[in-house]
Amino acid sequence: MTDIVASSFVRQDLVAERPAPVKTTGFLGFVRTRLLNSPTNILLTILGLLLVWYAVVPTIKFLLVDAVWSGKDRTACLAENAGRPVGACWPFIQAKFTQLFYGFYPEAERWRVNLTFALGAVLLLPLLIPRLPAKGSNAGLFFFAFPVVAFFLLHGGGITGFGVSWVAGLLQLFADSISGAGEILVGLSKASPAGPLLWAIGSVIALVGTLLHWVIFPLTWPRDQMQAAGQGPWLDFLITAVIVSVILFMLGGGTRAGSRPLIASLATFAGIAAVIKLMGLDHGGLPIVDTRLWGGLLVTLVIAITGIVASLPIGVALALGRRSTIPLIRIFSITYIEFWRGVPLITVLFFATYMLPLFLPGNFTVDGLVRALIGVSLFTGAYQAENLRGGLAAVPRGQGEAASALGLSWWKTTSLIVLPQALRHVIPAIVNSFISLFKDTSLVSIVALFDLLGSLRASFADPVWTTPSTAFTGFAFTGIIYFIFCFGMSRYSLFVERRLNAHRRN
Amino acid sequence: MGDEARKPPPQVALKLRRALGGKAGWNGVAVQLVFGAILAWIAYEIISNARTNLETQHIAAGFGFLQNSASFDVNQTLISYSGSDTYFRVFVVGVLNTLLVSVVGIFFATLIGFIVALCRLSPNWLVSRVGGLYVEAIRNLPLLFQILFWYLAVLAALPAPRQSVSIFGAFFLNNRGVIVPSPLGQPGLAPFLAVLALGLVASLALRSYARRALFGQGRVIRIWPYVLTMLVGFPLVTMLVFGLPFTFEFPQLKGFNFAGGGRVIPELVALTVGLSTYTAAFIAEIVRAGILSVHKGQMEAGSSLGLSRGATLRLIVVPQAMRVIVPPLTNQYLNLTKNSSLAVAIGYPDLVSVFAGTALSQTGQAIEIIAMTMGVYLLTSLITSAIMSVYGWRISRSLGA
Repeated sequence: MTDIVASSFVRQDLVAERPAPVKTTGFLGFVRTRLLNSPTNILLTILGLLLVWYAVVPTIKFLLVDAVWSGKDRTACLAENAGRPVGACWPFIQAKFTQLFYGFYPEAERWRVNLTFALGAVLLLPLLIPRLPAKGSNAGLFFFAFPVVAFFLLHGGGITGFGVSWVAGLLQLFADSISGAGEILVGLSKASPAGPLLWAIGSVIALVGTLLHWVIFPLTWPRDQMQAAGQGPWLDFLITAVIVSVILFMLGGGTRAGSRPLIASLATFAGIAAVIKLMGLDHGGLPIVDTRLWGGLLVTLVIAITGIVASLPIGVALALGRRSTIPLIRIFSITYIEFWRGVPLITVLFFATYMLPLFLPGNFTVDGLVRALIGVSLFTGAYQAENLRGGLAAVPRGQGEAASALGLSWWKTTSLIVLPQALRHVIPAIVNSFISLFKDTSLVSIVALFDLLGSLRASFADPVWTTPSTAFTGFAFTGIIYFIFCFGMSRYSLFVERRLNAHRRN
Repeated sequence: MGDEARKPPPQVALKLRRALGGKAGWNGVAVQLVFGAILAWIAYEIISNARTNLETQHIAAGFGFLQNSASFDVNQTLISYSGSDTYFRVFVVGVLNTLLVSVVGIFFATLIGFIVALCRLSPNWLVSRVGGLYVEAIRNLPLLFQILFWYLAVLAALPAPRQSVSIFGAFFLNNRGVIVPSPLGQPGLAPFLAVLALGLVASLALRSYARRALFGQGRVIRIWPYVLTMLVGFPLVTMLVFGLPFTFEFPQLKGFNFAGGGRVIPELVALTVGLSTYTAAFIAEIVRAGILSVHKGQMEAGSSLGLSRGATLRLIVVPQAMRVIVPPLTNQYLNLTKNSSLAVAIGYPDLVSVFAGTALSQTGQAIEIIAMTMGVYLLTSLITSAIMSVYGWRISRSLGA
């Protein structure tokens, strides 16, 4: 027994203390593990430090330390007058501030621009915060009401007619064009070898045109009466409101469905009436500011927001068209999407500026800004369609099948079941394409519109402010504005993406 | 009797209906008729309006103007061109200049993009942050802004030729562009190029042979010594035998300007720098996503098989990452080519600038010129997407097999 005890070893003295393990937390630990853990990493760290030293320090020095903060013209920003190396010339930005923000928008009317943007922000912010309720009416206000109000605020002018006159005018143009085509064909038939055939086709088309004229007579007659009587838009407004409300009431199911659609429609028209009265649209509205006077951030935001608002419906229509089984519609959608995605935006803008006026009737001139807007919307619509197609493909087939099993029509299946899910999937992709749209608005400066970048470039030409640092100052300032917008949007898209994928996080 | 399954009815009417109107049947046919009628009406309106408008503006439609003399100068041409040449030659000059800036831009964009991606993936905190900063700053500023910044701020701030910034005494930076040494061909050029081309072909053949041996028989053939000999050794020997293939003519400052050497116009420099740094930020994100998409287990499996880190990367990680990287990468190349049209903002003579800009304002043939310009870009992108769908088909086939 004792042998065993004797042979077993029992340590008599304490083991010497080992040094504490190398710290991997805290600042020192961080430096050790992430910056200096191997010779290569030490080298990389030194290289990185050098890079930061030579890039960041001069930038800060230029923007803040060496900057000139006050002055009246270029003399304040010259090194020989300041007696030291001169960095950013901020008085230049002060002098050009209004040009960079409003362009040549008349000073007395600038409150309209401010009001428009305040209105836009008030409508947009609740739309972006997922927790807030009433997304539907909010989106309706932002996407339908706001663009119209913004147009009358920014551009000014009033209305002489309303729904009935506009619809009648459009339909009459359409009918006239068809009759004209028929007459041309009949005219051609005299000289052509295939005369009788052309004559027959032409006569049929002309007949269709005449029929159309008769069909739209109930609309054109009251319009002509109202124009002859020199009435304002109010009678027209009343007729439109009654017709639209009655149609909505009928389509909504009549008395069976209760009066909700009727109330909604009447409330909408009351809102429109309030806006017309408030802005005095019935007698001339606000003074007109020609779009050639617009400029700076105003034009950038107008193009970006119009592009965003107009490209979504185009994108939805094209994405649905591309998935459709009807051959002609699918082929048309594919051709349209691939065409616009295959050409650079600048050629699209050239197209809108030089080619579009040729395609319109000679007495019909389109404003330069509107041409650019058309080009940007058509172009972005094609990209939006591809984003949405991804979303539509991500909605499980069973959703649509279940909806049709319940007896919903194609329109109801699409608008109530498939599209809402698809849109929710692609919010990040849509926001990303808005970022590139916002950046691409700078291209309109090439077709002689003065957006933020165009105004900046124009401001360089001012001899009062030509100094060596003017260009750098201007680019720094506009760069910060662009960066704030784009970075904000990209962070928002990340936020939405994380929210959508919350169930996938582990 | 009655044992064999009955033939299904032919259903001709059903199939016809599906072919003509899709799932919607005769309704679909009706929709198509209406849609076709609207399209025809729009086309008719466009054509008749265009005809009237052109008549009132006294512009003759058609491509006849391409044979007229252009009578304006272009400040950078890859083929000989003078003011008396035709508009068609202007078109070719523009296409070639667009191709030049695209190829150079793609090269540098890929280079910078891969470097930035490696920075972002680096375990070094500082380096990955610097990479991230680069990507965020570049991606959130408009490309046109960056090109104008390089052109109007940076290049314009460079000194006049007499105070040029010299790099190794061979390259000179000044506000008129970059002066570079120009190569002069010598008698040894032809044999040198011939040997180089032969070496290239032989190396490619050797590589495919070695791969076949590896996958077919499991034989490992070390090819790099042969490739090195063929690509470097033989050309060197040729150089010794036939003399130098070319010499460089170095630029010399004479008076107020440089004599000798070639000049790269500042527009090209600004455009290339702008395009390649901008696209590089997007390429960096694509490459990073591609490499991160390869599962960590792949790397671990490779090292557990006894492959070195380099071999694991080369044989296991990169081929799988490439599958993810290549399609969006091609997309970026295409974007760069399309974005090169921004040249018009700074006056680099690319297709849009000389053809859709100067030639259009001289002739007023808007429809023909813009259609041709759009056609060039459209053709490029359609060909690229055709090649990419072949690539995608091959990848899916190799994954399926």
